[in-house]
Amino acid sequence: MGIIMEERLVVSHSPHISGRDTIATIMRDVIIALIPALVAGCIVFGLRALIVTLTCVVSCTAAEYIWCRLMKKPNTTGDLSAVVTGMLLAFNVPASLPLWMAVVGSVFAIIIVKEFFGGLGHNFMNPALAGRAFLLASWALAMTTWYKPGTVLPLFGAPDAVSSATPLAAYAAGGNMPTYLQLFLGNHGGCIGETSALAILIGAAYLVIRRVIRIRVPLIFIATVAVGTWLFAGSGGIGTGDPLYQILSGGLMLGACFMATDYTTTPTTPRGQIIFALGCGIITVLIRVWGGYPEGVSYSILLMNIATPLIDRATAPKRYGYVKVGKEAAADEK
Amino acid sequence: MKTFHGGIHPGGHKDATAAKPVVDLAPPSELVFPLSQHIGAPAKPCAAVGDAVLVGQKIAAADGFVSANIHSSVSGTVTAVEKRLCPNGIPSECIVISNDGLNKTAPPIDGYTEDYMSLSAEEIIGLVREAGIVGMGGAAFPTHVKLSVPPEAKIDYVIINGAECEPYLTSDHRAMLETPTDIIEGLKILMHVFGLKDGYIGIENNKPDAIERMTAAAEREKGVNIHIVPLKTKYPQGAEKQLIYAVTGRRTPPGTLPWQSGCVVNNIDTCASVYRAVVMGRPLTHRIVTAGGSALKNPMNYRAAIGTSFEYIAEASGGYKSPPKKVLMGGPMMGAAVANTSVPVIKGTSGILFLDEAEAYVDREAPCIRCAKCVYVCPMNLQPNLLDMASRNHDIDMLKRLNVNDCIECGSCAFVCPSKRRQVQQIKVAKVKLREIAQRAKEK
Repeated sequence: MGIIMEERLVVSHSPHISGRDTIATIMRDVIIALIPALVAGCIVFGLRALIVTLTCVVSCTAAEYIWCRLMKKPNTTGDLSAVVTGMLLAFNVPASLPLWMAVVGSVFAIIIVKEFFGGLGHNFMNPALAGRAFLLASWALAMTTWYKPGTVLPLFGAPDAVSSATPLAAYAAGGNMPTYLQLFLGNHGGCIGETSALAILIGAAYLVIRRVIRIRVPLIFIATVAVGTWLFAGSGGIGTGDPLYQILSGGLMLGACFMATDYTTTPTTPRGQIIFALGCGIITVLIRVWGGYPEGVSYSILLMNIATPLIDRATAPKRYGYVKVGKEAAADEK
Repeated sequence: MKTFHGGIHPGGHKDATAAKPVVDLAPPSELVFPLSQHIGAPAKPCAAVGDAVLVGQKIAAADGFVSANIHSSVSGTVTAVEKRLCPNGIPSECIVISNDGLNKTAPPIDGYTEDYMSLSAEEIIGLVREAGIVGMGGAAFPTHVKLSVPPEAKIDYVIINGAECEPYLTSDHRAMLETPTDIIEGLKILMHVFGLKDGYIGIENNKPDAIERMTAAAEREKGVNIHIVPLKTKYPQGAEKQLIYAVTGRRTPPGTLPWQSGCVVNNIDTCASVYRAVVMGRPLTHRIVTAGGSALKNPMNYRAAIGTSFEYIAEASGGYKSPPKKVLMGGPMMGAAVANTSVPVIKGTSGILFLDEAEAYVDREAPCIRCAKCVYVCPMNLQPNLLDMASRNHDIDMLKRLNVNDCIECGSCAFVCPSKRRQVQQIKVAKVKLREIAQRAKEK
């Protein structure tokens, strides 16, 4: 802060101008980018998807507000990061999830994962993904019961309808698989925000254009999964997998575009981000091909979140003008 | 288009003054000359209270090699040698001169000549030293020291810095448009010092008229090659290391000076001042100052006498549109906020910006969200996010490991930071801390 002198001039350190970005404008851009996926979720699963999303958003924001009040800290809900966490958590649960579970997951994400570690910028795991993992561990059935798109779910009460398999479960079990077009548009079972690759890509493109995220992390993550599943996920041996099916299904698009690009829990160095994305891709393939779950995106990101401080440390950018001793002469001659 | 890695686009804000010719500003009735207005030892006064002085008369002599002479910019009487508030915020010794308005000029510096090719490098450096010339881009490092490279040095490039990448400032731009031959002649003198036939002037491509004017002037030169190098408009294009890389492709290793990479860089106004000293025997008494900012009624470019107060310049520009809340010496990216407007123009004052309440607003800091924007833009490949944290945590080992002393304090990190953190301030504090620790270790 500046010091006020007798003539009441502000004296502060340079620079004296700053860019337009604030935390709130960045979070607002992420919210805008998530809206296509929300719309797709509502089309596929009905208005129940919207109700679940609103429940998560309101609970996350309320949890943060109450925490700030209890801890006598300034209210930080204005930075909109809790809204983003709420939306992402909702996108990672089925539309049929009982609403009280959504509330519990939200409170866990905000209080345990984010605020216990110091709040915005200090959490070491993605709050939405950790919330999802918590829900999955606590209420596995509710978190893995999927309904056929078009099933009319009651807006608030418990649904009672025919369940269906997710595309990845179908792939693993050799069941009735949706077409590529169905996968791309999102017309299949799954979590609220993950089914429509098209909607997610529209949002991701917006974030790239607005320079909120860099394209390298989603691109490398998705490419690694494509190569890995092509090599290993086929029933006919090496190189018989169906990479297109794999990258269009499950939470890969949502995870790669919106969760592996989270600022706080991913590396800050360009080389570190590449390693992070590769690691996410490899772990996803390991889980999908050899693991017990059909889906591995969220755990891959959580595991790489934990490795982030190490990656950051190992990939510090090369000092400007640094040349190894002995190579100096060679560099001069160039 | 030639440029460097990293950097930002803060917007030019140069329209208010770019088209305004430099106006000679009549000096005020009282002028103040800080004895320390350059890097190095403060000069020693050689005029006493009551002495009559002339324009260009030496009033303080360099104290040692890394120091600079100071000359009066008016004729009149020394009325005081006392502590006055300086632009750096510290009250320090100043010579105060009352202007008699007669503009009586002292004899030129001995040894000046139009035939500078007949002078040796030492003689030219001697003239530059006598004229009290320092880097006029803002850092104010004595130019004769910069030119006195060790005998083993092999200089391949003499580069004139016409990037003027700081927003608002247009003083170098105007100098290139109005006195291109002074700059070219100055460059030729510098080339002669190092025995070179090639010289380089780097100019950001947001000044096409300057590039055109300088190219035309360069093409008239016979026997030497003056290269006008258009540079991408990006901040900090005019930072020494970034300019050297853009012009020559050489990366100056950490902890070295440009001459160790075979380069010497000088500012536009400095270069023109070298010409005036060597060919006309004129010491450095005036400089071009851009007066601007949202609070000023008529932004202008002035040729101002060194020692003129900021206040006087504001009055000459028609006063204020709205009350100034922050006053800067230099540009908004690296300039310093001054405590009040009584402070004088010094040799390194490239601009004075009067900012209104909205522009002076200091944002509240939010927690770092690790967005990495600062890492992407840092032209020195540092990690400002971690430096900021290490400085606040007094983590000396971490600061060293992160190469805090590589930071050129350009402010790109703080500019892009969505959390509005003041990384440069923290880094500066850290540098002082490290210096104190090194000092204490030496004393033991």
